[in-house]
Amino acid sequence: MLATIFKDIAVLTALSGLLAVILVLAERIFNNYGQCKIGINGKREIEVKGGNNLLASLGEKQIFLPSACGGRGSCGACKCKVTQGGGPLLPTEKPFLSQAELADGIRLSCQVKVKSDLAIQIPDSIFNIRKFAATVAEIVDYTYDIKGITFKLISGETVDFKAGQYVQLLTEPYAKMKQRVSRAYSISSKPEDRDSLQLIIRLVPEGICTTWVHNYLKVGDKVSFTGPYGDFYLRDTQADIFFVAGGSGKAPIKSMLEHLQVVGTTRRMSYFFGARGLRDLYLTEEMFSFEKVFSDFSYIPVLSHAAPEDNWTGRTGYVMPYFQERLRDPANSEAYLCGSPGMIDAVIKGLTALGVPKDKIYFDSFG
Amino acid sequence: MGISAFLLFWAAIFTSNILLTNFLGMCSYLSVSKEVGSSLGLGVAVTFVLVFTTALNWLAYQYLLVPFNIVYLEYIVFIIVIAAFVQLLELIVERYAPALYYTLGIFLPLITVNCAIFGVSLFMVIRNYNFLQSIAFGAGSGLGWLLAILMLAGIRAKLKEKLIPAGLRGAGISLIITGIMALAFIGFSGIAPIQ
Repeated sequence: MLATIFKDIAVLTALSGLLAVILVLAERIFNNYGQCKIGINGKREIEVKGGNNLLASLGEKQIFLPSACGGRGSCGACKCKVTQGGGPLLPTEKPFLSQAELADGIRLSCQVKVKSDLAIQIPDSIFNIRKFAATVAEIVDYTYDIKGITFKLISGETVDFKAGQYVQLLTEPYAKMKQRVSRAYSISSKPEDRDSLQLIIRLVPEGICTTWVHNYLKVGDKVSFTGPYGDFYLRDTQADIFFVAGGSGKAPIKSMLEHLQVVGTTRRMSYFFGARGLRDLYLTEEMFSFEKVFSDFSYIPVLSHAAPEDNWTGRTGYVMPYFQERLRDPANSEAYLCGSPGMIDAVIKGLTALGVPKDKIYFDSFG
Repeated sequence: MGISAFLLFWAAIFTSNILLTNFLGMCSYLSVSKEVGSSLGLGVAVTFVLVFTTALNWLAYQYLLVPFNIVYLEYIVFIIVIAAFVQLLELIVERYAPALYYTLGIFLPLITVNCAIFGVSLFMVIRNYNFLQSIAFGAGSGLGWLLAILMLAGIRAKLKEKLIPAGLRGAGISLIITGIMALAFIGFSGIAPIQ
C-alpha cells in the first residue's frame, strides 16, 4: 500500500519535473533576446536584458512610468510613445488607446516586450520621477476608516511635485502577504513642504496596501515610493474653481488649497465635499478656516446618508444640486474632481449641464 | 468503439459539437466573441492546441498512466500536460513566428484554462478512442468550437446596431443565442451518435 503511494507520487513528480525542466530550458533558449538598447527621447540610451516588458525594463534603470495596476494591463496608465521596434499593437492594449493615440504610436509599456532595440518617447517630467525612501513620521486617525500618514524623506532628500499629483506607495511584506505591491495615492500636503509628504488612505476591505497601512504600519517604519505622477494638478489661471471630492479624495484638494494659501489668490473657489454620514467628515474645521484665508472661498460638506442621531442641519443628498449656489460665470470656471468613478461621472454631467466647459474639468478617479 | 476516425471528425464538428452540445469552453467563447477577427484567431489556436494535447494526453494515458496503474491521476496529469504544452508553444511561436504570435499567440494563455481542451482529453479516455480516433476527435472538436464561436461573433456583430433591452445586453443575449443555436444543432444529433 505504502509502496504504491510512493510509486504514484514518484511518477507524478518525475513527470512534472520533466515538464518543468523542458520549460526552463525552453525559456532559456527561446526567450533569450540578448542585450537590447532602448533610446529615450533621442537623448539617453539604456541597455537592458531582452525578454521583459518595457515597463519593467525601464524600472530596472530607475525610470518609472506611472502604473496603477503594476503591469497587468488593466489601468492603462503606463502609456508611452514607441517610435522604433515594439512590434504590432496587441488586442490587450487597444481598449486603452484613443484614435489619436493609436495614430501617434502610443503603446502600453507593460504590454510591449523588449525583443530588439527600441526607441521611445516619454515626457521629460518622467525623468523627475524617482524612487524615494522615507520613514513614517506621523499617523493620524481622521475617521474610523481614514488615516493621514506623514512620511519624512530620509537623508535630506527633497521631492518636487505639483499640488494634485500622486505617488505610488510600495508595500513591505507583512503577515502572510509575501509579495510587494504598489498602489497610487494622491499627495495631501503642500508642494512647499519638500522634505516630507502626507497621504490620506481609506481602509479598503481585503485591500493589500490599505490593510498594511492601517493595521501594520507604525511611526518610524521605513517605506519606499515612486513619483510624482499625474496630470491632475492645479492650473495657474484666474478662472473660478469648483473643487469636488468624496472620501479620501480630499487629499489632492487639501494639497491645492494649502499651496494656494502659500502663494495667495483672489480666485472665487468653492469646495463641495460629499460624504455618507457625520462620522465620514474629517478636517472640517481646517477646511472652514480657509474661508477666512481666502477672499472668496466656501466649504460645503454634503451628507448623502445622514443618520438621525447626527443632528445634521446642513445640505443633504448629492452634491450636484448645490453647485448653482456658487456658480457665477460657468464659461470662466474650472473644476477639480477626486473620488469614485460613479461620483466623477455624475459630477461631470452636473457641471457640463450648468455650462462649465468639459475641457476645464480635471479629475482623478479612484477606478 | 468501432466508429471510423473520418466519421468521428465530422461528428465532432456537427452532431456532437463540444460547445453546443456539451457546453464546454464557455468562458472564452462568451468573452472573446465580441469581434469576428479575434474569434477566428482564438478558434484556430484552440483547434491547434486540441490536436496536439489530445495526442500527447493519449500517449501519456497509454504509456504512463495505464502501465504505472495511476489512472486515477489522469485529471492532474492531463492538466499539467496541457499547461506545459501551451507554455512551450507560446515561447516557440513568439520567437520564430512573430506574425503568427500577434494574431494567435496572445490567446494561448486563455487556452490553458479552456475546459473544452480538458474535456476532449477526458472524452477520449471515457470512450476508449485509439490514437487516430483521438486526433480526429480533437481536430473535429476544435473546428466545431471554431464554428460555434464564429457564428456567435457574426450574430453579435449584427446585434451591435440593434436595440436590446438593457437587462439582456452582453452575456444575457449571448446565452440566449447560444441556446437557440444549440437547439438547432441538436437536430443533427441522431445522424451519427458517437457516445
